[in-house]
Amino acid sequence: MADENFEPKIVGFLCQWCSYTGADLAGTSRIQYPSTLRTVRVMCSGRVDPTFVVKALAEGADGVLIAGCHPGDCHYNEGNYRAMRRYPMLLQLLDQFGIERDRVRLEWVSASEGEKFAQVVEEMTEKLKELGPLNWKERSADYCGVA
Amino acid sequence: MAKPKVAFYWCASCGGCEEAVVDLNEEILKVVDAVDIALWPVALDFKKKNVESWKPGEVTVAFINGAVRTSEQEEWVKLLREKCPLVVAFGSCAHLGGIPGLSNGTTREETIAAKYFNSPTVDNPEKIQPRLQSQVNGYELELPEFMPVVKGLDDVINVDYYLPGCPPVPNMIMDSVVAILENKLPPKGSVLAPDKSLCDECPRKESKPEVLKIDSFRRVATSTPDPEKCFLAEGYICMGPATRSGCGELCIRGNMPCRGCFGPTSEAKDMGTKFLSAVGSLLDAETEETSARLAGTLVDPLGTFYRFSLPSSILKHRLS
Repeated sequence: MADENFEPKIVGFLCQWCSYTGADLAGTSRIQYPSTLRTVRVMCSGRVDPTFVVKALAEGADGVLIAGCHPGDCHYNEGNYRAMRRYPMLLQLLDQFGIERDRVRLEWVSASEGEKFAQVVEEMTEKLKELGPLNWKERSADYCGVA
Repeated sequence: MAKPKVAFYWCASCGGCEEAVVDLNEEILKVVDAVDIALWPVALDFKKKNVESWKPGEVTVAFINGAVRTSEQEEWVKLLREKCPLVVAFGSCAHLGGIPGLSNGTTREETIAAKYFNSPTVDNPEKIQPRLQSQVNGYELELPEFMPVVKGLDDVINVDYYLPGCPPVPNMIMDSVVAILENKLPPKGSVLAPDKSLCDECPRKESKPEVLKIDSFRRVATSTPDPEKCFLAEGYICMGPATRSGCGELCIRGNMPCRGCFGPTSEAKDMGTKFLSAVGSLLDAETEETSARLAGTLVDPLGTFYRFSLPSSILKHRLS
């Protein structure tokens, strides 16, 4: 269904202690992965307010990745648990807005998991190519009858 | 000197805001002493042509309640905006979209199908539904358009002030009328209510535990809350942490958790996700499975977290 040339836009909120460093490792190890990710470094996955996720989706992202330290490894003890607890409820909310669950992914990536990080971005990109563009802003404007 | 004139208008609303004006009781006599009512469709007979004949500025302020759903409502609020130097969004629906705004949780087509075809109490084999134009006995009849989405007032026109609440409480209405008459208004765009969260003012504040954990969700429909304890600590969804104060904690004092009608404080842009952020992190869950299981027991997060604010949220509506 989707356009073959469609390159999804993913906004990635990466915790600076683990996942951002993991992404860095993927880079320094020269692991190839799609250039679909726009990274936002945050102090902790627990800092990722669900508002950021819906804002990214509303303003043009096709998907959002939240990545943090593995449970038990949080620099602030339990920030990533907060992210974990909010995530299923956020997916339910997105269901109700008509946004596919696969567009928002929560993943644990440690500082030593460059490979895993690349794989997550790869998988997510593939999935989003299947789903096609979200285009929320344009579709919403059309629907509301705003020029 | 002539008395200033005010207008009251309603759009997609239940009439509760009109009731709130009447709830001023004896105080309303002071209002009537101080102002002339130039338009109030619920109580007085005025026509659109009367409004069209107003000179600009002749009517000082329009209090508009209700969300905007039809083309007729859009037309009216634009006309009132043109004529009145001050427009106040009166009540949750005009402020944030309110209860009628929950209709944005379904698409227009789904809403029409639910209302006219699929409801168990509807028998409509010919699939009759409202149309813009129809012929009846040789006459051409017109209906306003049912727009694709519900909008809050400020999605359609500029709004000078907001009076929150479902409905706004009488003392707040009175204070704002006095502020307008005495020209002691805060900066334009202000919500005429305190900017603190309801939890700050809550009479049950002391019973909030140091560490709040929710191990299961409860509903007032199926169990009765303790009359003294923090609702969230008992597992009832109480919107207090994400809601503006100023209501006098009426629901709390009636042993009902806050439903969020005053909307968010100025710091929160999207009430639903802000509340999700707060309540989600309170879940008593150490694993992904427990988090998912607990979240699964919550009925209708969209309708609960955005009960009064869906049209003013970031995503605004469902898209299928």
